[in-house]
Amino acid sequence: MKITLNNNSETIEGNSLTIENLLKVKNFTFKMLIIKVNGKLIQKEDYSTSTIREGDDVSVLHLISGG
Amino acid sequence: MTFEEIKKVLQEKTVGIAGAGGLGSNCAMALARVGIGKLIIADFDVVSESNLNRQYYFYDQIGKPKTDALKENIQRINASVTVFAHNICLTRDNIPALFGDCDVLVEAFDRAEQKEMLIGIMLTLFPEKPLIVGLGMAGWGMFETIHTRKIDNMYVCGDEVSEISQNLPPIAPRVGIVANMQANIVLEILLKQK
Repeated sequence: MKITLNNNSETIEGNSLTIENLLKVKNFTFKMLIIKVNGKLIQKEDYSTSTIREGDDVSVLHLISGG
Repeated sequence: MTFEEIKKVLQEKTVGIAGAGGLGSNCAMALARVGIGKLIIADFDVVSESNLNRQYYFYDQIGKPKTDALKENIQRINASVTVFAHNICLTRDNIPALFGDCDVLVEAFDRAEQKEMLIGIMLTLFPEKPLIVGLGMAGWGMFETIHTRKIDNMYVCGDEVSEISQNLPPIAPRVGIVANMQANIVLEILLKQK
């Protein structure tokens, strides 16, 4: 399936994927993340159940210290 | 717009600033200079000597709460800005009440955990409110890596990769660049709102 990930078009195997698996596939290993799918914040406790489908617009923000 | 017209719009606006360290203090000073009507600032820390390499405080303010020192500095530049300076630790419980009425909120925390908490709360409770996040500004040089990224009503300023560490400290130029980028986006949003 095709999705948009951080403004880039990406092709990912399969027809759907949980957020948890997307993070594994893309090797996002950071602990502190903010994830939005189609404009909606995904709560951490929903990463294992919330699924990504064809055409979804996914934004992942990786939080680091400094300010 | 003339500067007089700009001031007229901005004096009706309220901007929240969560954190008064390198990002928050410099962003607040820029917003004060252009004449934002009301600034709501919160931080729990006191000024220390090690802050002076990037934060908008003075040597004779060491030991003072940052919120008191920042209010003093803002008013030395622009006495017409109303400053609500809260010397408190921001938590899940007090963030909604403190910043719920702001036109725009600037995320200016230091630690990643705090950034995550604030962004999570704001995107859950106030997804329409513009939120300006500072992310990745440690070190020096690397100017071309600094950018802004818009995710719905959230604007991320920084390089998103340079995390502070022993050998990559936060220092004045890059922290100041990102703080002023945040202030610049605040203005862009507020002047569009009219």
